[in-house]
Amino acid sequence: MTEIDVEADETVDARGAACPGPLMDLIGKMRSVEPGTVVRLLSDNDQSLTDVPEWTEEAGNELHGVEEREDHHAFYVEKA
Amino acid sequence: MTEHVVIVGGGTGGAVLANNLAERLAGEIDADDVRVTLVNDDPDHVYKPVWLYVPFGQREPGDARRPLTELVDDRVDVRIDRVTAIDTDAQRMQSMEGPDPIEYDTLVLATGSTLAPDEIPGLADAGHDYYSEAGATDLRDDLLSFTEGHLVLSVVGTPHMCPAAPLEFVFMVDDWLRERGLREDVDVTYTYPIQRVHGNPHIAEWARPIMDERDIGVETFFNAEEVDADEQVLRSMEGTDIDYDLLVTIPPHRGVDLVEEAGLGDRGWVEVDKHTLEAEAAEHVYALGDTADTGMPNAGSVAHYQAGVVAQRIASEVRGQPATATYDGKTLCFIETGMDAASFVEFDFERPPSPAPPSRKLHWSKLAYNEAYWLTARGLL
Repeated sequence: MTEIDVEADETVDARGAACPGPLMDLIGKMRSVEPGTVVRLLSDNDQSLTDVPEWTEEAGNELHGVEEREDHHAFYVEKA
Repeated sequence: MTEHVVIVGGGTGGAVLANNLAERLAGEIDADDVRVTLVNDDPDHVYKPVWLYVPFGQREPGDARRPLTELVDDRVDVRIDRVTAIDTDAQRMQSMEGPDPIEYDTLVLATGSTLAPDEIPGLADAGHDYYSEAGATDLRDDLLSFTEGHLVLSVVGTPHMCPAAPLEFVFMVDDWLRERGLREDVDVTYTYPIQRVHGNPHIAEWARPIMDERDIGVETFFNAEEVDADEQVLRSMEGTDIDYDLLVTIPPHRGVDLVEEAGLGDRGWVEVDKHTLEAEAAEHVYALGDTADTGMPNAGSVAHYQAGVVAQRIASEVRGQPATATYDGKTLCFIETGMDAASFVEFDFERPPSPAPPSRKLHWSKLAYNEAYWLTARGLL
C-alpha cells in the first residue's frame, strides 16, 4: 500500500462505473471545488490507473498517491 | 385490485415501454387487472436524432415531433402533466395538474436528459448546439452562412445524448464544406474531455485516423471551463485557450431534479442495477434510457432494448411469476462519416464495438431507420 500524506476533503465514489466514468466524475468534482481541495476518487476500473495520472498532470493538479484497496483504488488529487 | 403501472416520460424509452406493455398485458388491461399510465409534460413525442440534420438545412425540427396519442396504444392512459415530486415510500407522486396524487404499484422513470449550459460561464450565450430544437435552428442560421474561419466543436461534458453525434457532426461538416469548395477557408477543431476522441476506446481508435486524414484538428484532455464571448475564446481547465469564429458545443447534461430530490441518484440519473434496471434506493421503481445510470450510451437504441426488458419484468411481476429478463448492454448506432457515408456499431457489456467500414449503404440505412423509427415508437419494430 502507498503511503498517502494528505487527508481527503471530498470523496467521489465511482466504483462500478465503466471507463471513462471515473475520470469524468473526478473532473466534474474538480470543477466545483476550490484550489487546494483534496479529492479522493474511488474506482474499480483499472483504466483509471493510467487515465487519472495522465489527466492530473495535464491539468496541473497534484496526484498525492494511489491507495490499493481490496477491490478498488483510491486516488488522492489536489486541485492546483 | 387493479395494478397501476406509471411511466414518467414519453421519449423513446417511455413510448416503447407503454406500447410493449399494452400488447403484452392486453388481456389483463382489458380485464381491469392492470392499468398503464404514461405521464409526459409535452403532448408530443420528440425523436431527437433528427436534430443532427437541421443545421445542414436537411431536416426541420417539426420532422422530429408527433403527438403521443397517435403513437401510443389506446389501452394506455396518456396524461399530459408534469410530475413534481415522488414519494417512493408511499408509492405516490405529486403533479402540476394535481390536486390528487398519482399512486403507483410500479413506477418507471424515463425522464431523459436535459441540457445544463449554465454550468459553464458564457456557454449559454456564445455556444451553439444541435441537442435542442432551438439550438439546432439557431446553429443552422449561422452555419449556412459560415464561409471562412475557425469552427470548433467542443464536447463539454459526458455523459451526453448520442455519444457518436459529436464525431458525426465534424465528419459531416468537413464533407459538406468540401462539397461546397469552402473547406480550405474553414479550420475545424474537435475537443474532447479525456485523452482520446471518444469515451469508448475502440470507437476512438477507429475515428482518430479518419480525423487526421481529413485535417480535423483535435484537442484532447480539454474540459471547457469558460467561454469569453467578447474575445471569442474557449478556455479549458487544463489551461488551453482556443480562438473560435463559430462555436458548437455539446453542453453538460443532467437528468431531471425530481430524481435527486427523491433520493434516487445524483444529477438526475437513477442509480440502478444495470441488468435488472431496478432502482438501488427504492422498491418498485425502474429506470431506463438516459435516466438509468448503467454506464452504457445515452442512446435511443439503449432505451429501446431496455424498454423490452422492463416490460417483460413488469409483466412477470403482475402475473406473480419470477422476473427473469435482464439487460445485456445491447447498443446499436449508425455513425455518419460524411454527407453520404456512414458506419455502424453493435455492442454490449461483454462485446466491444467494431465499427463497420463506412459506406453509402449504411448511410441510407441510417436515413431509412430514422423514418422507420416511428414504427419503433409504436412498438412495431
